Amino acid sequence: MASEIMTLNMGPQHPSTHGVLRLVVELDGEVIQKITPHIGYLHRGIEKLAEHRTYHQTLPLTDRMDYLAPMHNNLGYVLAVEKLLGLDVPERAKLVRVIMAELTRLKSHLVWIACHALDIGAMTVFLYAFRERELVMDLYEMVSGARMTSNYFRVGGLSRDLPAGFEQKVQEILDTFPGHFDTYEGLLTKNTIWLQRTIGNGVISAEDAIDFGISGPALRGSGVDFDLRRDLPYSGYEEFDFKVPVGENCDTFDRYKVRLVEMRESVKIIDQALKRLKPGPILADAPQVCYPPKESVYNSIEGLIHHFKIASEGFPVPEGEVYMAVENPKGELGYYIVSDGGNMPYRMRVRPPSFVNLGAIEKMAKGSMLADLVAVIGTLDIVLGEIDR
Amino acid sequence: MAENNRAVVKLKERFADALLEYKEHRGEVTVTVKKESILEVLKYLRDDLRYNFLSDVTAVDYLGQEPRFMVVYHLLSIPNKDRVRVKAPVTEADCSIDSATALWNSANWLEREAYDLFGINFKNHPNLVRILMTDDWVGHPLRKDYPLQGPDREPYKGRLS
Repeated sequence: MASEIMTLNMGPQHPSTHGVLRLVVELDGEVIQKITPHIGYLHRGIEKLAEHRTYHQTLPLTDRMDYLAPMHNNLGYVLAVEKLLGLDVPERAKLVRVIMAELTRLKSHLVWIACHALDIGAMTVFLYAFRERELVMDLYEMVSGARMTSNYFRVGGLSRDLPAGFEQKVQEILDTFPGHFDTYEGLLTKNTIWLQRTIGNGVISAEDAIDFGISGPALRGSGVDFDLRRDLPYSGYEEFDFKVPVGENCDTFDRYKVRLVEMRESVKIIDQALKRLKPGPILADAPQVCYPPKESVYNSIEGLIHHFKIASEGFPVPEGEVYMAVENPKGELGYYIVSDGGNMPYRMRVRPPSFVNLGAIEKMAKGSMLADLVAVIGTLDIVLGEIDR
Repeated sequence: MAENNRAVVKLKERFADALLEYKEHRGEVTVTVKKESILEVLKYLRDDLRYNFLSDVTAVDYLGQEPRFMVVYHLLSIPNKDRVRVKAPVTEADCSIDSATALWNSANWLEREAYDLFGINFKNHPNLVRILMTDDWVGHPLRKDYPLQGPDREPYKGRLS
């Protein structure tokens, strides 16, 4: 019987591709021979736009990259600009940033587990995880007024202090989330269907993972013990006590376990940060960079002028270049900012973790069945808004 | 100080001719090398100095300066937990550089993006085609002389305010 290779188009509108990703798959029967990803459907030119906006105006653009983890994008950006300026941030602002960043990790991983499980047939987890995610979204709304495009951090600190009742709400999350994680594990970890779909799927060795530039939980799932929060700490992460989970079998199941442990560790980090949180300033004492307090803007002409100057002209940043990478839920999110001494970045480069991770998809899925490709997309935890920027 | 950085010390010994500049700014070490030697330098950094992870490849357009482009590599050493930035100048007339895909597979897509948005040709790249823009796109959007509003539009002259 004659056989031939079939070319199948998957996406760009497909529930399992997590956004507008198009994959052209060449199949021999059901076995994948070649995958050609097509990306760029969401390309908005954020790097180009940043060259024409002041440093504060660039900040909201970063929300719109990885829209499942907006505060992490903000964090990387403000840290990069602060590094360029040589600006130090008050303790309270650092702690609040860590709390929000780890809540963001929870939020992002909850979407990951929900969609990943739904993709390969476990619908209940999806409903539970989205219910919990809503609680984190409520906290987003409390601090920033928005559920997704938060724009809460500022160069030099935070846009406003935490609202009343915030700490209590966070404490409720800390008390209840570990139980929810147990529920997810109860639904999945010993579920035969889940095990058959994930064990031995999307295997990539540690050497290959490094070669392909894979970062974040996917790298740790392949047994590489590296986490930027612990190994190249930023924003005060060196003062927290947390474990970095590492996988052994380099497959989808190990990446699942790594992410679940990460969520539990995030809860611990938030708990430690909350205990250390003391009243204090939330913005650095740098009037040439930071917005003045709102009381001063509303009640004095000097404050109003100050606010207006910062909002319209921005602030000059000394000439130089920095690369600041943070451990985004997806991997290493790096900002490479070149300043020519002006009030806008001369060049802002975003090193997108999902983009680089997606580059390994053919390596991970070649030779497996078409249905397993869906599990590989889920385990890579990609966000197209950040891949295309 | 940059002189004491382990990468700079070794590169000064091994690649004295190729090393154009080295400096440290905000705790980050940058070495600039001739583009002809870029693969040898990267290979040496990867194999002998254990900068085993290629984080990023990108470019910067210094329009009006010569050479116009700077190709920037960010290397990370997972065992040593440190970074180094390697830069190589590329002129507009000969807008090409050797591809790092021979050393890292991660360079594949990153170089395609730099080609797409800056028009830098990476020699010996296995599949140097556009990645973010459509295949029939004309021009390279991240070049400084490419109008912000898109092709066939007035160049951006700064904000009106």
